[in-house]
Amino acid sequence: MKGRTNLAGLGFGLFRHLVLGAGAILMLAPFILMVSISLKTQGEIYAPHFHLLPDGWNGLSNYAAAFTKQPLGRYLLNGLFVGACIFVAQVALALPCAYALAKLRWHGRETTFVLVLAGLLVPPQVTAIPIYVMLWKFGILDSYLALILPSSISVFGIFLMRQFFRTVPDDLLDAARLDGLSEFAIVWRIMLPTAIPALVSFGILSLVWHWNDFFWPLIVIQSEQLAPPPLGILFFANAEAGTNYGYLMAAAVVVNAPLAAAFLFAQRWFIDSMTMTAVK
Amino acid sequence: MAEAGTLKAPSASAHAGTARPAGLAAEMLAGWILASPAVMLMWLLLLGPAVAVVVLSFTDWTFGAPTIAWVGLGNYAEMLADPSFWVSLKNTLLYVSFSVPLSVLLGLLVALLIEAGTSLRGFYRAVYFLPVTATLLAMAFVFQFAFHPTIGVVNQLFAVLGLPTLDWLKTPSTALYALGVIGIWQAVGLNMVLFLAGLKAIPRDLYEAAALDGVDGAWERFRLVTWPLLGPAAVFVVTITSIRSFQVFDTIAVLTQGGPNKSTSVLLFQMYQEGFSFLRSAYAAALTCVFLGIVLLLTLVQTTLLDKRAHYG
Repeated sequence: MKGRTNLAGLGFGLFRHLVLGAGAILMLAPFILMVSISLKTQGEIYAPHFHLLPDGWNGLSNYAAAFTKQPLGRYLLNGLFVGACIFVAQVALALPCAYALAKLRWHGRETTFVLVLAGLLVPPQVTAIPIYVMLWKFGILDSYLALILPSSISVFGIFLMRQFFRTVPDDLLDAARLDGLSEFAIVWRIMLPTAIPALVSFGILSLVWHWNDFFWPLIVIQSEQLAPPPLGILFFANAEAGTNYGYLMAAAVVVNAPLAAAFLFAQRWFIDSMTMTAVK
Repeated sequence: MAEAGTLKAPSASAHAGTARPAGLAAEMLAGWILASPAVMLMWLLLLGPAVAVVVLSFTDWTFGAPTIAWVGLGNYAEMLADPSFWVSLKNTLLYVSFSVPLSVLLGLLVALLIEAGTSLRGFYRAVYFLPVTATLLAMAFVFQFAFHPTIGVVNQLFAVLGLPTLDWLKTPSTALYALGVIGIWQAVGLNMVLFLAGLKAIPRDLYEAAALDGVDGAWERFRLVTWPLLGPAAVFVVTITSIRSFQVFDTIAVLTQGGPNKSTSVLLFQMYQEGFSFLRSAYAAALTCVFLGIVLLLTLVQTTLLDKRAHYG
């Protein structure tokens, strides 16, 4: 009887690995294909039969071309700069507001919180036309500001921080006030340090989102030197008539690499962060 | 930093058992000052524009036009009479109706299989989650290559297996499904981790209690214990997957531009074209309102379903 159960267990274990393994190969296949093509010569890419490993290693020249034929380095820096500015602005605006919503009593607090919840329901694409018109009126289309300003406020960040701050004991704040700290100082000297874990999760979410965002840059950016990575890749594909997949895939690897590497080093953080939307 | 001075609570007045900032008036002022930058920007960049898009949809404004006039439901009437709107709506619903069930079911299957054993859990979780962080626009070009009619790996593999080979992204009857494959590939991992979190929340002793009651076999355990308790998580996963699926844009914008023959034109892509290529802002605003209406409806359905469950949960 026991032997049979063990055998059934073994059979199921095998089945589990077979199914999950096959699925895992499918999930990884696009990444493997991307790296494989990025190492091949143009001739080999268009060969009638596909081989995973390249015959003639052409990786160096593809990656060099990815950086020299288009300002790929510039795209990466743009992505980093825009993402960092957005995150700093989001935190600077969300923290004081979240503290006021969670810990202070003032007229309009409930209304403000309802507005935050209402804001959570609005998908980012909905506001695109009015914000585009507004940026056009201000004359700041096609600029870093056009990329940063519309994302500078995150209602999700406010909501998340407010939920987090409610768990901070009032005694801590009272003690700080007795020490003579102003409310403003409490936000930055008491609340900010306690919020670091939540801020790291929010930061990952914000950076991943804005690094990968294509919709908004496509609308507001025309200049190549301002393009974040996804828009840069599109310029790349358009510039290379007939699409040289070797260069294109090398660029795709480079754009994907920072987040993929960060994910593999800090999986738990990434997964917690990306599932945070479940908190809603 | 001027606020810091004005907000400073005189600690001497904090003796009567409360260290609240010098009275209610000061606390109220502090609340206002701390919240106001965020509230103002929220109106300027989110709520104001959301209201503006609704108002704009009742006008005839085109981008850059010097005049604007109220046309009531004119844009909506035009939309209802426009065959390409109906094509986009149909494509959007079709895309959602196959990509959501598939990515939710696959996410659930993977989560259940990962939880069912102990070995390689972390490895599988990482592999299935990796596409979630990938730059979709870059990956779209990888899929373009994979779907290539002659050198693409999909057709080469299908030819070996004796399956039909096609130019998947350029055939009207298959293009939307080919795009759906990309969407599903990216969505499965997120659904998986959401289900894993749901599974972790089910108390172990419920399975033991079920075993004592004679509930035997994996399927019975799933049907009687796991699935009912996973319900709320499932409603949530279906809702966010649907909303994300309605937002499909990147792959369409680079791979098909809504074609061939409008077979992959979805609401959001049509909105983008009308608003930013043809500069018909008011008409695009009306399309945006339809898009917003659907997303709000989904959220409403989710809230209703979860509330009902909570009553007997």
